[in-house]
Amino acid sequence: MIKNDEKFIGYIFEVAWILPSVAIPVAVITAVVLTAFAVGIRVPDVVGRIEPKAIAVTAPFDQPGLRELAPGKYEAAIVAQVFLFTPNEIEIPAGSEVTFVLTSRDVIHGFKIVGTAVNMMVVPGQISKLTVRFDQPGEYLIVCHEYCGSGHHVMSGKVIVQ
Amino acid sequence: MAVMARPRGMVREEVVDRFATEKSIAGWNILVAFLALALGGLMGVLQVLQYNGIDLYRPLKAILPGGYYQGLTLHGVLNVLVFTTFYIIGFLTFIAAKAFDRPLASKGMAWFTFYFMVAGLLIAAVPILLNRATVMFTFYPPLKANGFYYLGLTMVVVGTYFLLVNLVMTYRAWRKENPAAKTPLAAYMSIITMTMWVIATFGIATEMIFLLIPWAFGLVPGTDVLLARTLFWFTGHPIVYFWLLPAYISWYTLVPKQAGGKLFSEPMARVSFVLFLVLSVPIGIHHQYTDPGISQIWKLVHFIFTVGVFFPSLLTFFNVVASLEHAGRSRGGEGWLAWIFALPWKEPSFTTQVFAMLLFAFGGAGGVINASYNLNLVVHNTSWISGHFHLTVGSAVALTFMGITYWLVPYLTGRALWSKGLGLAQAWLWLIGMILFSHFMHMLGLHGMPRRTMIGAAPYVLPEWKLLLPFTMIGGLLMFTSALCFLVNTLMTIYAGRREEPAEVPFAKALSGPEDVPAVLDRFWPWVLGSLVLVAINYGPTLYFLVSTGRFNIPGLSPW
Ligand code: HEM
Ligand SMILES: [Cu+2]
Repeated sequence: MIKNDEKFIGYIFEVAWILPSVAIPVAVITAVVLTAFAVGIRVPDVVGRIEPKAIAVTAPFDQPGLRELAPGKYEAAIVAQVFLFTPNEIEIPAGSEVTFVLTSRDVIHGFKIVGTAVNMMVVPGQISKLTVRFDQPGEYLIVCHEYCGSGHHVMSGKVIVQ
Repeated sequence: MAVMARPRGMVREEVVDRFATEKSIAGWNILVAFLALALGGLMGVLQVLQYNGIDLYRPLKAILPGGYYQGLTLHGVLNVLVFTTFYIIGFLTFIAAKAFDRPLASKGMAWFTFYFMVAGLLIAAVPILLNRATVMFTFYPPLKANGFYYLGLTMVVVGTYFLLVNLVMTYRAWRKENPAAKTPLAAYMSIITMTMWVIATFGIATEMIFLLIPWAFGLVPGTDVLLARTLFWFTGHPIVYFWLLPAYISWYTLVPKQAGGKLFSEPMARVSFVLFLVLSVPIGIHHQYTDPGISQIWKLVHFIFTVGVFFPSLLTFFNVVASLEHAGRSRGGEGWLAWIFALPWKEPSFTTQVFAMLLFAFGGAGGVINASYNLNLVVHNTSWISGHFHLTVGSAVALTFMGITYWLVPYLTGRALWSKGLGLAQAWLWLIGMILFSHFMHMLGLHGMPRRTMIGAAPYVLPEWKLLLPFTMIGGLLMFTSALCFLVNTLMTIYAGRREEPAEVPFAKALSGPEDVPAVLDRFWPWVLGSLVLVAINYGPTLYFLVSTGRFNIPGLSPW
């Protein structure tokens, strides 16, 4: 008898716990889907393949660097290789929206602009792309954050926002 | 060599010991595991010192020519591939046999499992030690290691399959004699764990056999990087549940008894395990949120299923804490929380494992951030991630395995634990060291510090990082001291422990036990099928897309 009472109380506790165990995941999913689709903070998507040997003749990587697409809108085409980004420095006015387009000549590299939501893997054979707005003037550090060989820790760059 | 010869003698003699094989296998596996952890942990210390400008790689040049990155490869491979896998195989071999109360069906196969894994380990070790495989434990192509590295690691994985075969054979034999009984909980959980793992390894096995091994041995000229990476993470995510579930087996089936109480609910424990079987694999793309070439939609789907795994995790949290509370109250504890003080905090095996749970709670909370799709952009590949997994695999798993060892090695050797005091000191040192280390690694990550990077030599170290880095060193040194205490205690137990009659294996009874378990929670096939179907849905389109557009033309490079 006592045993059954204990069990019954046990069930009540179980149910009381199961409700938040369902509610918390549902809340997390809702929050993330909202920021992704209503606020527009996206992760990299499928852009396309590229032949690493043909980087020098494939746009936009045939001319790596910054291009103004429209007033205040830029595209930065960057090539990664051991152990540098080309170019490794770009300068833009505050308030600019920049689309970073990258590929790798050799191994996998990482591309993170510290203090922004730009964070992506740069994979040979693939094109990586993310867009971000720079509102605050200053210097933003770019780091390669995937191990790419013995000089990985020197692979860096910066974005200068005027 | 003297050390290597020991475990044979480590095993307690009985008049007729039905479990002699399982016990020696457990002993040997544990030995390999902790040798790996000792060397791996040492590499960890070198890393935190390097972070702070103390470079011990230079004097070690002769034995560690690849410096920081070779050391980091060793750290990763030894700690999360070798230590975990060997410990798990040893522990599950032993605990499943004990739970069935019968030896494994094939002793020969049980030994073969161990020898095959050791052979693989030795084959992989040579290129790593020669600096021919400085590609980290994730070996992302087109970083190209010596082919024997891939071959050896594949053998370690394939070796583990034989444990599943052996467990299934044992289950069948047991079932014949016990047609109506529920499978003993620890045995059921062991089989679920190994089944999940074998399904999970389809990814890595395919990657190794069809892409990396032919490529590394020069049979094909190139490989497809993104396909290889996706296959890697097919296994790379569920591997964390392969590490974790054995720790859960201890938390569910042993710790409640060690605490002086009972498991709160066996049906609920089984629900969480079958859900891990179903949900662990089809979510691996959450490691690839920042990858190009994979559709946002599938990333989002994997995110949603990942959040689904919170559910069995929260169930585990509840069930384990409720069991501890039951124990606390059975020991006379009272009040809302004061029962906590009634728990056996003087027992190293108990205390280390509860600390493991505590650290895991923080790790789990941080994991929600990592898993959250676009929020991942803030932390991906920063030292936040290192902070995170030292709480999970580095604490929840490693510390639990140390806790298990505190009763298991005495059980195997028939000798009392050498020093409880040292064991407790070890637990507290790890707790404090890990809180420091992981907290500051998380902070550094939020300030943008990249992981897998020789920070002490980087030209771009930001001023904020400089303030935080010393604390990672203090934490790391405390953790290493803790690991040393553990090793000394274990070795002293084996060599100098007081002889004593071994206790029973501390299997816990349950408040709501096997009598409340519905039949479906004692079956395997429905859950295996569920897992396979979900894997096909969640991975099918992405893998089809990657294979059909693959070019297999990236030659590879060994830039170290
Ligand atoms: C003895 C104390 C330990 C210290 C001081 C330590 C320190 C570190 C540090 C500083 C890193 C980051 C290196 C980098 O990203 O450049 C790291 C990475 C890592 N640690 Fe530990 N660690 C310790 C114990 C452990 C344990 C017990 C485990 C798991 C069982 C573990 C697993 C890992 C893994 C998997 C990595 C990532 C390796 C990679 O990026 O390839 N560590 N450790
Ligand atoms: Cu790089």
